[in-house]
Amino acid sequence: MSSIAHDETVNSKAILSGPVESRDLPDWFREQQAVAWENFESIPRPTRKDQPWRFSNVDLLDLAPFKFSSELSDDDRANVLKYSRGLDEFAARLIFAGDQLIERNVVSDDLKKRGVIFQPLERAMIEHADLFRKYFMSQPAVLGSAKFAALHKALVSSGTFLFVPRGVEIEQPIEIFHWLRGEGVSVFPHLLLITDELAKVTVVEHFRSCDPRASGFACGVNDLIAGPGAKVTYVCAQNWGDKVVALQMNTTAVDHDASAMSLNLNLGSRYSRFESLSRLVGEGARSDLLAVAVATNEQEFDARTLQDHISPHTASDLLYKNALDDRARCTFGGLIRVEPHAHFTDAYQKVRNLLLSDDSEANSMPGLEILADNVRCTHGATSGQINEEEMFYLRSRGIPVPVAQRLIVTGFLNEVVRRLDQPTIADYLNQLIDRKFAHSQ
Amino acid sequence: MKTGTKAVDIDRNKGDFAYPEVHVRDAGRGLSEKTIHYISDVKEDPDWVREFRLRGLKTFLEKPLPTHWASKDLEAIDFDKIRYYLAPGTGAKRSWEEVPEDIKRTFERLGIPEQERKFLAGVEAQFDSEAVYSNIKKAVGEQGVVFVGSTEGLKHHPEIFRKWFGKVIPIGDNKFSALNSAVFSGGSFIYVPPGVKVKHPLQAYFRINAESFGQFERTLIIADEGSEVTYMEGCTAPKFETVALHSAVVELVALKGAKLQYITVQNWSSNVFNLVTKRGLAHEDAEIKWIDCNIGSRLTMKYPGVVLKGRKSRGEVLSIALANNGQHQDTGAKMIHAADETTSNIISKSISIGTGRATYRGLVHVPKHLKHCKNNTECDALLINSTSRTDTYPAITVRGTGNSVQHEASVSQVSAEQIFYMQQRGLSKAQAMSLSVNGFVNDLVRQFPMEYSVELKRLIELEMEGSVG
Repeated sequence: MSSIAHDETVNSKAILSGPVESRDLPDWFREQQAVAWENFESIPRPTRKDQPWRFSNVDLLDLAPFKFSSELSDDDRANVLKYSRGLDEFAARLIFAGDQLIERNVVSDDLKKRGVIFQPLERAMIEHADLFRKYFMSQPAVLGSAKFAALHKALVSSGTFLFVPRGVEIEQPIEIFHWLRGEGVSVFPHLLLITDELAKVTVVEHFRSCDPRASGFACGVNDLIAGPGAKVTYVCAQNWGDKVVALQMNTTAVDHDASAMSLNLNLGSRYSRFESLSRLVGEGARSDLLAVAVATNEQEFDARTLQDHISPHTASDLLYKNALDDRARCTFGGLIRVEPHAHFTDAYQKVRNLLLSDDSEANSMPGLEILADNVRCTHGATSGQINEEEMFYLRSRGIPVPVAQRLIVTGFLNEVVRRLDQPTIADYLNQLIDRKFAHSQ
Repeated sequence: MKTGTKAVDIDRNKGDFAYPEVHVRDAGRGLSEKTIHYISDVKEDPDWVREFRLRGLKTFLEKPLPTHWASKDLEAIDFDKIRYYLAPGTGAKRSWEEVPEDIKRTFERLGIPEQERKFLAGVEAQFDSEAVYSNIKKAVGEQGVVFVGSTEGLKHHPEIFRKWFGKVIPIGDNKFSALNSAVFSGGSFIYVPPGVKVKHPLQAYFRINAESFGQFERTLIIADEGSEVTYMEGCTAPKFETVALHSAVVELVALKGAKLQYITVQNWSSNVFNLVTKRGLAHEDAEIKWIDCNIGSRLTMKYPGVVLKGRKSRGEVLSIALANNGQHQDTGAKMIHAADETTSNIISKSISIGTGRATYRGLVHVPKHLKHCKNNTECDALLINSTSRTDTYPAITVRGTGNSVQHEASVSQVSAEQIFYMQQRGLSKAQAMSLSVNGFVNDLVRQFPMEYSVELKRLIELEMEGSVG
């Protein structure tokens, strides 16, 4: 893939020099960005002593070396396009590299006629300002990254806006690609997804690097809004290059009788922190939070979640599984919070770590804060290694150790992927997992 | 013991009384180097103890309050208004006859029965900060067991206690262990010689009986190779109007093959801040077990821990917390695995009543290159009212492939069906609730010594009174 990572970007600005002027963004948005930049500068850098950053390698969050992406050439664009292959079938597609739109496959005329809006963020700011202003980063980042959410808000220049109107069901998934291109470059991906009553949609996001050995910085935010009775599925396949530092902050709001499911597959990057806030705002809301990580070498994955039950009769279910090899570290900090009056909550949280080497490390902090009664909340965290008996069984049937190990780990992770209940996406994710194993052996 | 139906009929104000204070020695309010020198002078501390206290004071003043993770309620403590040392001016008493009359009356109202005193091997009753009454049954003394107050221990047995004093919990462990290191007085120092199995539990009663008075006991128990000992502490305190602070440090050392069990029933009155550091060090094949029960106080922060230093050592924490109106029981456990084949077990049950808040905070650490370490953690919480609150914040670190750790927690309420079933059979709703709650903690309570489990069940019934209606 290195063929598309040729000439070095020259003369781009460092991101710490602040928002870039002279972009075609509306004035009100630029004012908002200026305020966000002030916030970013005034909020202190996190330290490991801050509870939301406990166990996290905050030293890696030095942003001084990172710069904005420079303008891509036509060759670059063609190359990125060539490698942007994900699912075989999709309803629509947007491809970004260095926060620049490379290609746009719009939704069918039929969907367009029924009111589906699928367009770059900067156009939505102008054409759908009301919706945009109502939902764009409307929730404060409460899981520790307020500073980096402010940075994103100050520097975001493009992204995806998707609106699915009342009763519209989009059968095929919608795909979004974000590429990092060049050494030391940063991107600020954004997805603003709004579904109206009874709408249904699946979005698959791909995070990739053109040069797997180039350093880079990704700071993304997603706002996912599931309207009453809507059904939203969001899948993220994170496969940044080995030296990338990545932060992703997702907020999901689930209205009454709606259900949201998210799955995060973490394979790439040097350090990746993923914050997921799931707010169950209406009665009968349900949220499923899934994640799979395969961590090797020096990789560090840090996941922080909050299942916030605001209304009664809501349900949430979290399942995170990590397979760790070499000197990899995984941290999970999760909280189920049942607000006062959110009675009849049913919440579940489960983290399982599979340690494959003596130097790998798993930190788990599953938490509960219950301020209502008549609830059922449980959580479990386990850390262990491959069962000797399972291994013996496979070996006695002539399967060599590395293959047996791989089979067991894939089986362990597949439990999460299967929960998506979307076989084509599951197959695709399993392929990515297999490829990572093939790579590391 | 009263029968089941009558047990509910207990005078709720039993601990609510105070006799006139006749304190001969009083270090005054507030904390400075002067206070430390005053305490050291009164106690005739050896120079190294005075040094230790001064280092404690320095660390205490330097460290910030841990409010970045702990309750903001800590800020309500006014350290300048607290009396740090107070003693009735009498030395440790040997016989019951010598104990002052009004102190005896206090104990009587608390209902410590005569026969219980005889049954238990030794009673060290702490009235305010100095041991007033201390008596070890002859048999225990003959076995070579040393059971003395902290001042006496450091003065007369430095060869035994100095080696471990402040080693399991260093001065700078946290702000409150530093405070204790500066102003400690009272508490027990126990040494059990090799191979000695102390049959009866050693017991101490603690009381606070002066307004705004903080109690800073220091306890160090050393169980030498192959010995066995159980220590029990229980406390009730009269109610006062201003804030009282209790900040103890308890260090346990179990040498090779020793078994050490430490039992606490904490029932301070609801204005007490109870900020306690407790930790044990388990050598090869040794076992340390904390049984911790928290019913009283305004805010309790206590996380008994075991450092599993020797191969095949074992640590256990059994914890029951009951948080009623206005109370916050912030309890938990720490298990630090530092050798192969070590195992630990944490079982925590909490009940939140009214506006009470129960928190479990746990730490399990298994560093790399250890083999066959196991930890099991279970936390169950029961919520009684719609305003009750419970939290769970465990932190688990595991490195390497040879170990297994599991953690489970659940939150639930008393099942309506159970209550309905019992009401069908003629029990009142309150009785049914009380029975249900006792059932929830029963498998833990059963592990307590008999007289404590009876006391505990009674306390739970008392706390449940009027919470349902």
